[in-house]
Amino acid sequence: MAEAKPRIKLDKKEAKKGDIIEVKALVSHIMETGQRKDREGKVIPRKILNKFTCTVNGKEVFSADFEPAVSANPYIQFKFKAEESGPVVLTWIDDDGSKIVGEDSIKVS
Amino acid sequence: MKLNFDRRQVLVLGAGCALTGLVGVDFASAQGKNDINEVIGKFTGGKAPTMGRVKLDVPEIAENGNTVPMTVSVESPMTAQNYVQEVLIVADGNPRSGVATFHFGPSTGIAEANTRIRLASTQNVTAIAKMNDGSFFSTTKEVKVTIGGCGG
Repeated sequence: MAEAKPRIKLDKKEAKKGDIIEVKALVSHIMETGQRKDREGKVIPRKILNKFTCTVNGKEVFSADFEPAVSANPYIQFKFKAEESGPVVLTWIDDDGSKIVGEDSIKVS
Repeated sequence: MKLNFDRRQVLVLGAGCALTGLVGVDFASAQGKNDINEVIGKFTGGKAPTMGRVKLDVPEIAENGNTVPMTVSVESPMTAQNYVQEVLIVADGNPRSGVATFHFGPSTGIAEANTRIRLASTQNVTAIAKMNDGSFFSTTKEVKVTIGGCGG
């Protein structure tokens, strides 16, 4: 399913080695719990972004497993230590295996 | 485990859900104790976590249980020798206790994460941190929820 592009914000685009960078990301997704029922009493099937990872220059710096108790349009904020320049890639994996990918970059001097 | 709904409360909550979300929710599963002990046991391998070092920042009163902001941070130097591996967030009053698990490493720099979570009712939220030396630390906070995150 075509999803809106995730919104990603790094508090610094350029940093010195060892600096702490804060990442904020928001992605639009229903995060259907699989607990709700529709008017006919049928269970609405679960649809959750269950895995989130962030890599910087190909190396994983942070990841998270989400359960249905994470709100719709999941927001995530975390930090990482600037070690090397490169792309900052954020990936969300859906229950159905599809991926939502967002990218930013960091310059480390 | 503070989940003692009487019949009236269940009815009132159910009515609230029907109004806000146009869909009902399965309260049978939310009434009893959820799988929190199993989930924690699986995470810690049966070890009892020590209180402290973990800071859980949640509102005391959440008006809307659908999106409750939550920040968790763990005191740690986050070096290659001494860092936080994982933090498990669980809630004892949701149909299922698991909320999220955050995976950190030395390159995370600071063991801190923020997200927004769903809480079905007033309940305790617990954060358990797993250190790289195999020790566990935890903290628990109660969140009072005015409107449950039941309608989705």
